[in-house]
Amino acid sequence: MALQFTLNGKTVEFSGEARTTLADCLRHHLGQTGTHVGCEHGVCGACTVIVDGEAVRSCLMLAVQAEGSHVTTVEGLSEGEDLSPLQAAFRKHHALQCGFCTPGILTTAHALLTHEPDADEERIRHVLSGNICRCTGYLPIIEAILDARAAYADGRRGKPA
Amino acid sequence: MKVLATAPSNETPAIGQAIGRVEDLRLLRGKGRYIDDISLPGQLHAAIFRSSLPHGVIRSLDTEAARKLPGVHAVITAAEIGRTVPTIPVRLFPLPEYQPFLQPVIAHHKVRYVGEPIAMVVAESPAIAEDALELIRADIDTLMPVVSLDDSRRDQSLLVETSGSNKGHYFDISKGDVDAAFAAAAYTRRERMYVHRHTGVTMELRGSLAEWDADRGHMTVWGASKVPFANRRILAGMLELREESVDMIEGDAGGSYGVKGEFFPEDFLVPFAARLLRRPVKWSEDRREHLLAISHARDIEAELEIACSNDGRVLGIRGEIWANIGAYMRTSVVITPRNSGQFISGPYKVENVGIHVAMQLSNKSPCGTYRGPGRYEADFFRERLFHLAAKDLGIDMVEFRRRNLVPESEMPYPMPSTAPQNNPTALDSGAYELVLDRCLSDAGWSEKLKLQGKLIDGRYHGVAATCFIEGGAAGPRESSRIVIERDGRASVYVGSSGVGQGAETILGQIAADALDVPYDQVQVFLGSTTYVKEGWGSYHSRSTVMGGSAILLTAEEIKQKLRAAAAMRFNCAPEEVEVSRGRLIASDGRSLAFADVSDQGITAEETFANHRHTYAYGTHVAHVAVDPGTGHVAVVDYVTVEDAGRIINPLTLHGQSIGAIVQGLGGTLLEHLVYDENGQMLSASFADYLMPLATDYPNIRSTAIGLRPSPFNPLGAKGAGEGGTIPVGGVIANAVANALSSLGVEPLELPLTPPRVWRMIQAAKRGPREG
Amino acid sequence: MKLSRLEYARPASVAEAIELLQGTEGAKIIAGGQSLMPVLAFRLAAPPLLVDIGRLEDLRGTEITPVGTRLGARVRWCEIERDAALRRAQPLLAAMTDHVAHYQVRNRGTVGGSLAHADPAAEMPGVAVACDAIMHVAGPAGIRDVKSEDFFEGPLQTVLAEDELLVGLTLPPWPPGRRWAFEEFALRRGDFALAGVAVHYGRDAEGRAHGVRVGAIGAGETPLRLHAVEAELEGRKIGEALISSAAKLAAASVDPMNDLHADAEYRRALVATLFERVMLRAEHRQEEGENGPAVHP
Repeated sequence: MALQFTLNGKTVEFSGEARTTLADCLRHHLGQTGTHVGCEHGVCGACTVIVDGEAVRSCLMLAVQAEGSHVTTVEGLSEGEDLSPLQAAFRKHHALQCGFCTPGILTTAHALLTHEPDADEERIRHVLSGNICRCTGYLPIIEAILDARAAYADGRRGKPA
Repeated sequence: MKVLATAPSNETPAIGQAIGRVEDLRLLRGKGRYIDDISLPGQLHAAIFRSSLPHGVIRSLDTEAARKLPGVHAVITAAEIGRTVPTIPVRLFPLPEYQPFLQPVIAHHKVRYVGEPIAMVVAESPAIAEDALELIRADIDTLMPVVSLDDSRRDQSLLVETSGSNKGHYFDISKGDVDAAFAAAAYTRRERMYVHRHTGVTMELRGSLAEWDADRGHMTVWGASKVPFANRRILAGMLELREESVDMIEGDAGGSYGVKGEFFPEDFLVPFAARLLRRPVKWSEDRREHLLAISHARDIEAELEIACSNDGRVLGIRGEIWANIGAYMRTSVVITPRNSGQFISGPYKVENVGIHVAMQLSNKSPCGTYRGPGRYEADFFRERLFHLAAKDLGIDMVEFRRRNLVPESEMPYPMPSTAPQNNPTALDSGAYELVLDRCLSDAGWSEKLKLQGKLIDGRYHGVAATCFIEGGAAGPRESSRIVIERDGRASVYVGSSGVGQGAETILGQIAADALDVPYDQVQVFLGSTTYVKEGWGSYHSRSTVMGGSAILLTAEEIKQKLRAAAAMRFNCAPEEVEVSRGRLIASDGRSLAFADVSDQGITAEETFANHRHTYAYGTHVAHVAVDPGTGHVAVVDYVTVEDAGRIINPLTLHGQSIGAIVQGLGGTLLEHLVYDENGQMLSASFADYLMPLATDYPNIRSTAIGLRPSPFNPLGAKGAGEGGTIPVGGVIANAVANALSSLGVEPLELPLTPPRVWRMIQAAKRGPREG
Repeated sequence: MKLSRLEYARPASVAEAIELLQGTEGAKIIAGGQSLMPVLAFRLAAPPLLVDIGRLEDLRGTEITPVGTRLGARVRWCEIERDAALRRAQPLLAAMTDHVAHYQVRNRGTVGGSLAHADPAAEMPGVAVACDAIMHVAGPAGIRDVKSEDFFEGPLQTVLAEDELLVGLTLPPWPPGRRWAFEEFALRRGDFALAGVAVHYGRDAEGRAHGVRVGAIGAGETPLRLHAVEAELEGRKIGEALISSAAKLAAASVDPMNDLHADAEYRRALVATLFERVMLRAEHRQEEGENGPAVHP
C-alpha cells in the first residue's frame, strides 16, 4: 500500500502494510519520533497529531486514512531551534517533567487555541482530559496554556510576535 | 505557591534559582531520545509470549507454527537459554534465604503470574512478532491460584513447593519495650487496615535495544534507566561477560517513579537474543504488558494496635503487617514491606514499636518500589489509628498530632530498627511543628473547620491534617567525573540517572556553583555506564543529594588542578590562585580562563559515600466533599507545606510536589490493579486502570520551603519528590471520615472509589457492623 | 499491540461498500475508527478487510425538518458541539453527546460508529432509545428502517447483518416547552458512565406530565427505555413523593452488570439517584433556559 500526505508542510510518501497506524507510520516509517505512543488504544493522548486542522489520536487512525491530508506533529510546531510561544510557556511554567506526554499535549493545545484562542480554564481542562500526564499533576500545564493564549489572539495562530 | 522559570543569572549562585530546565529545549520540540525512538540498521523486533494463567505447570510448548511464519527469526524459550535459566537477583538488601523465590528470566517448569514471559519471538517487525505469538500453544496444567493474602497465608497452594510456605521472608521492626508500654497504657485500640495494589505506571513504556559486537565480545544496551550500573552487573553476570564488556546507555526516560528501570526478564532476553542472532534486537513494551508486568506496588494489610496515655501521648504501636509481594522476590522487593513497618512512627515520637512484617507470595505480578514505598502505606495505617485514638480520647485531631511530633531538640531522632538486616536511620533535622502551623495557616484551617461534617448542597464536607516524613539520599556511594573541555566548559558526568525529574538542570546548578562558573558553562551527562566507573542511580530520592555531593567533591579536585595549572603559568604557588566566575586569578591580578589551561587535561573523578538519610517533612491538609448519592469524593482544596532542606531549584521542586500529590490522589481515589479470584488481572488497559486526568484535581496549593538544611550532607539538601505522595491516603481517608462523621463511617481500606464509599455509607445507615 | 494483518478498501458509494462487505466474510466497516481501532489493537477482532466509509459524502450532514432531525452516520461529536441549530432542535442529543469521550476522539468519532458499536453505557445509543429514533440501515436490498429499541440486541450487538451498514438515524421532532434532563456518573470525565439517566416529557396546563420518556445507559445489556417508570409518571403531577417512588421503580426495572468498576447493586442504586436528580432538574428546566450546554465554535 503506497500513499502520500503532507507532513509539517512537506509531501511525504508511505509504503507499507495497511494495518500500520498513522502513529507507527510517523515514527517508524518517516522517522518523526516526536509523536509518542503511550497506549495504542486511544486513551492517553500522547500520540495526538493535527490532521486537517483537528487534533486526533494517531494510534486510532490507519496511515492510509491520512492519504491526501495535512498532518502536523510536534516537530512542526516550531521553526529551527527556537521554541514557539506555546512551547516557551511550557518551559516557563515547568509544564513538563519526563516530557513523554508533552508532544501530544502541545499538539492538542495548539489545535485548541488555534480554533478557540479565548478558551477559558474550564474549557482547557475539559479538552486536556484526553491527555494523560503522570508527572506534573496538570496544574502547570493549564497555566502554561492559559499563558500562551495571547500568541493565538488576532489570528496569530501561535506564531511568535 | 506559583513558581516560574527564569533565565540563569550570572550574578548570584545558580543554586536556589528557578532556572528553566535544559531538558525542555529538546523535549518540547519532539527531539527527545526515548528508547523506542532509537533504531539500529538491521534490527529485529521482539515480542513476548506471556502466561495467560496465574499458576500452573508447563507440560509442553508448541512453537513450530510460530517459527515457520515468514519473517520470524527465532522463538526463544527456556530450552534455548541453556542448561540453567538465570534468576534475577535481589538488588537491595539481599539474603541467601531469598534464593528459592527469585524469578527465572523465562518461565520453565512453572508459571506463577499472568504476564510471566514464557517465550520470546524475534521477527522482522513488531507486527509479525505479534502475529507469531498467536501461533504459540502452551499446554499448562493449572494449579490452585494464590491471589489474596488470605490465600497466601493459608498455604494450601504453594508458589514454591519445596519452601513449604508462601511466606517469602519477614522483618521484625522494633524499638523500646512495646509489650511493657501496652501493659501500662490507659488506652489501646486495634484495627485491621488495607492498602490496595496500584503502581507507578510511566507514560513511556519499557523497552530495550541490544547490539552484540561479536568481534569485540561487547554488548551495548540502550534503554537503561534508574539503575544502569546495577543492571549492567546483573546482565554481565547472566551473560558471563565482564562488566566492562557491557555498556548500558541511558537516553531520555519517560518517568520512573521507582517502577521503571529495575531489572526485568526482558532485560536479559533482549540482549540474549541479540547475541544469539547476531543482529540488533529491539523490544518495545505495550500498555497491556506494562500493566501486567511492571513492578506492582502497595497491596499491604496491617493489623495494628496503638497505645496512648489519656492525654494523647502515643506510647507504642504493635502488630502485624502482611505484604502481598506477588509471585517472585525481585530486585527491590524488600523495601516496601520493611518501610511499611519502619516508617510507622513517621515524624512522631513513638518510643515503643513492635511489628512483624511478612512478605507473602501470591500469583500476582511481582512487586517493587513505587514513590513513597511503604511510607504511603505506613502513613495510612498510622494516621487512621491516630484519627481513631484522638476521637476516642476526645482530643482535637491537630492537637493530638502536635503533642506527638518529634521536637527539634531531640534530633537526630532514631527510627525503629529492622531485623534481619538492620537499616539504622534517624530523623536528621526539622521544625515539624512550625511547618504544621504554616500549613494550617495556608489552608485557612479555622475557617475550614466550620464546614466539618456539614451537609452543603447535597455533599458532606470534611477536612483533615496529617504530618509526614519522606526519606531520601540512600547510600552507599555516588560518583561523578568532571572534564574541563578545550573551550573551558565543564562536562559533568554523574552516576545518578535522569528519569524525567530535571536532574541535568539541578546537577548543573550544583556543578556551576561548585566550580564557580556561570551556569551555561556546565553540561551534565547522566546515567550511562560509559560515563563513570561506578554509579548507583535514581531511587530513594537520592539523585540530587548523592549525585550533587559527588559533584562537590569532584569540583574541589578540579579546582585544585586548575589552580596548579594556572600557578605554572603565573609562576606562583597554587594557593595563590583564586577561582572565580570561570577565571583563574593570580594575587597580582593576572587572570586566565579555564580554556587557557584546558590543554593540561584537567579531569577528576570522585565518589561520595554516605549512609545517613535525609528526611524532608511537612504537613498536608485535605478538604473533601462526599456525594452520598454516588459515593464520589471531590477534593475541594488540598494544601501542603514541605521543608526539603536546602532548595537547589524551586521550580523543579514545586513540580515534584504537585505531581506527587496528584499521583497520591490517583492512588487513593482511582487507581487499582484488580485481580479476580482466579488470578486474572482485570485492569490491563487504560480504560480500566484509571489515572488522574486534568479535570480531576484542579485545587492543589503546594509550597516548598527551605527551612532546615540536612546536617548529613555537604549540600544541606534533602531528597524530595516522594513527599507529595506519602501522606495522601491517610489524610484523604481522615477527611472522608470527618465528612461522614454523622454517619460514623471510618474508612479502613483503600481505594476510596465511589462504589466503596457509597457502600460504607449504606452499611453505616443500616447500623453498627455485626460481629 | 499491533493490528492483525488486514486489507483496506475505500468505496466510492454505499452500494460499493455493501458489495465489499458481501465479497469478504468478516469484513468490517470503519469510519472514524474510534471504537473499532482499540478492539483491533487488542486483537479482540481480526477482520480480513476494513471498508472505510470515512469519505462518503452522503453519510454526512444533519437535516432539521418538521418531521424530525436526520443525522448522517458520519456526523461527528465535534460537529454536534458546534451546531447551534442542531442543539436547539435536539437538546437532549446535545446534552448527552457532550459527555462522549475526549476532544481528540470527538474530532473523529461518529454517531453511526457509536450506534453500530452498541456499548450499553455509551451515550448515543441512549439518545436513540430515549428519543424513539429510527435507524436507517442500508443493505443489498436497499434501505430498511429499524426502531431504536429493536436495533440493540445486547452488549456490542445490533441487528445489523454482515452485509449491512448504518447510514443514519432520524430523531422525532422535539416539541417546544418539553421538560428534560440528563445526568450520568462516570469515574472520570469522558469515561463510560457507570450509569446515566435521561428523561423528557411534556406538561399540560394542569402541570401533568405527558409523553414521558425515561432512558438509562450503563444499566443493562443494551440502552434501556424504562417503560414502567414512564407509565408511573404519565398523566400525573410531578412531586417529591412521586419522584421518590418512581426512583425505586427505576432501580427495580434495570438489570445492570457487574464489572471491576462497580457492581450491579451500586449501579442499580445509582440509577435511582440519577433519576431523582434528572427529575428535579427537568422540573426546574424553565429557569435554566432551553438552549442546553454552551456551543464551542
